[in-house]
Amino acid sequence: MIEIIGLTKQYGKFTALDHLDLHIGEGTVFGFVGQNGAGKSTTFSILATLLAPTSGTAFVNGYNILKDPKKVREQIGYMPDFFGVYDQLKAEEYLDFYGASYGISVNERKKLIPQLLELVNLTDKRDSYVDLLSRGMKQRLCLARSLIHDPEVLILDEPASGLDPRARIEMREILKELKAMGKTILISSHILPELAEMCDVIGIIDQGKLKAQGSVAEIQEKLQGAKSMMVKVNRNIERAFAFFEDNPDISEIERHEDGASIQFLFKGNAEAQQQLLKACIMQELDLVSFAEIETDLEDVFMEITNGGMES
Amino acid sequence: MKSWLMNPVLNKEFKLRFRSLKSFLGVLFYVLAIGIIVIGMIFVQQLSSMGGVNPEQSRELFMMLSVLQFALIIFITPGLTAGVISSERERQTLNILLTTSQSSSSIIIGKLVSSVAFLLLLIIASLPLYSIVFLYGGISPRELLTVFALNVFTVFVVGSLGVMFSTFIRKTIAAMVTTYGVMLFLVGGTGFLALIATSFTQMSQTGTPTTNILVYLLAMFNTPITLVNLFQPSIGEEIARMSGVSFPLWIAHLISYTFIFITAIVLSVRKLRPKMKAKK
Repeated sequence: MIEIIGLTKQYGKFTALDHLDLHIGEGTVFGFVGQNGAGKSTTFSILATLLAPTSGTAFVNGYNILKDPKKVREQIGYMPDFFGVYDQLKAEEYLDFYGASYGISVNERKKLIPQLLELVNLTDKRDSYVDLLSRGMKQRLCLARSLIHDPEVLILDEPASGLDPRARIEMREILKELKAMGKTILISSHILPELAEMCDVIGIIDQGKLKAQGSVAEIQEKLQGAKSMMVKVNRNIERAFAFFEDNPDISEIERHEDGASIQFLFKGNAEAQQQLLKACIMQELDLVSFAEIETDLEDVFMEITNGGMES
Repeated sequence: MKSWLMNPVLNKEFKLRFRSLKSFLGVLFYVLAIGIIVIGMIFVQQLSSMGGVNPEQSRELFMMLSVLQFALIIFITPGLTAGVISSERERQTLNILLTTSQSSSSIIIGKLVSSVAFLLLLIIASLPLYSIVFLYGGISPRELLTVFALNVFTVFVVGSLGVMFSTFIRKTIAAMVTTYGVMLFLVGGTGFLALIATSFTQMSQTGTPTTNILVYLLAMFNTPITLVNLFQPSIGEEIARMSGVSFPLWIAHLISYTFIFITAIVLSVRKLRPKMKAKK
């Protein structure tokens, strides 16, 4: 569980984080999205006790980062966006070193390391020198390292950045496994679709402020004040199109190329949505489906961050 | 505190130290350099004395060898220690290390001991060269041990300064330059200032004998004076006469350098991780 309260970080006059409040429940996979320089890494560094906040605080599993940084470090597995590895150290020894750094006994390490290498598919690389591994392998090894003390909270800063599509998919698979293990995961990305699929909740950060938080659909509704809807008709699409076009709560209506679907933004609440459906049936529109859909996240993201810039 | 042998940083550094050829070559060239100079000096002495062995000459040789080794150690130590933290920072491995539950003191001590251990190896590797000098007599094992102990002590103190600057200064190169600068001051600067202070004292000695405590204070911080004082106690007596302080110079040196050592380590441990500012 992570609780962030009024977290602020200033570098001189520049405000990297501006009174950030955030609650991330146990076992949640929280996606932190924002442009480069929006404050994601700053937040993560503070949570990892690598950076002192200017004001505000945060709690990781109930431990205050300001008062109990040592306890916090035991709770978290941290993977920075950029990291180096030691020369002339083998993958197995790499994990062994960090295991020792967490005070894990030699015997336990011997049991643990093969399991971790297995989890990140690096068993066959255990005798390879770390600095010679590919970027994707290094990222996976670093993830295995962050798991060595079996932390309940994982803080992963851009774990998939700079990876080719295949390595990205492998990384995603591993993260899914971790999610299934019940870890609380805080993960960041500047690429939204990368996150959407596996996150329970997404927070959009821009210029040090949290612009929106919730599931992807919720964020969209909150930000655009409307939800995306899609209806499919069996026939008479013109009549349906005209019906929806006349509704004042509907905007950005467009017809799909398949000739049977109409997509639009609907502003009303659940009650209004129910009324709309009722009206459709009363009008005897030839509906076969009437549903909310998730729009392209990138559109939402662009809209939010652009909005932030304008204001 | 866990035993030093359980220190993860120390274990890793020991493991890695001899995986590269660099360290082997380091030992080779160190011994080679000292060896060539010692043999060269013996050769020159033999020439000038037309054969025959003189214990007084052997003693001179021992002193020169000690001073030489001392100079080399002071020259090498900053290079080996002033990068221990800053290079991890530059290679982006420091952040990860700092998020582990390893204590700051364990990291700092592990780093210091692992670099210093290599220097100790250099000193030990050079010991057989001393045996050449021993062959001719003129020195006692006690003197040899004292010089050895002073070398080890100095390595730790200079190493702690290197580690401290490495922790405080972001760039390795800047940390090294600073450490060399401070060492230059401690070795040369204090000596030079002590000389100036001495001449002032002598000048004002026309009337009643005056004493200048500054001479003592400067000499106390100067390692070469302490080293030479081991062989030539007359220097210490002279300083005591000029400064009016009769407290043994080498003890004052040990105390002042221990103070520097402890201060450097404490500051490094405090600085390594950011202060998270615990609010009351």
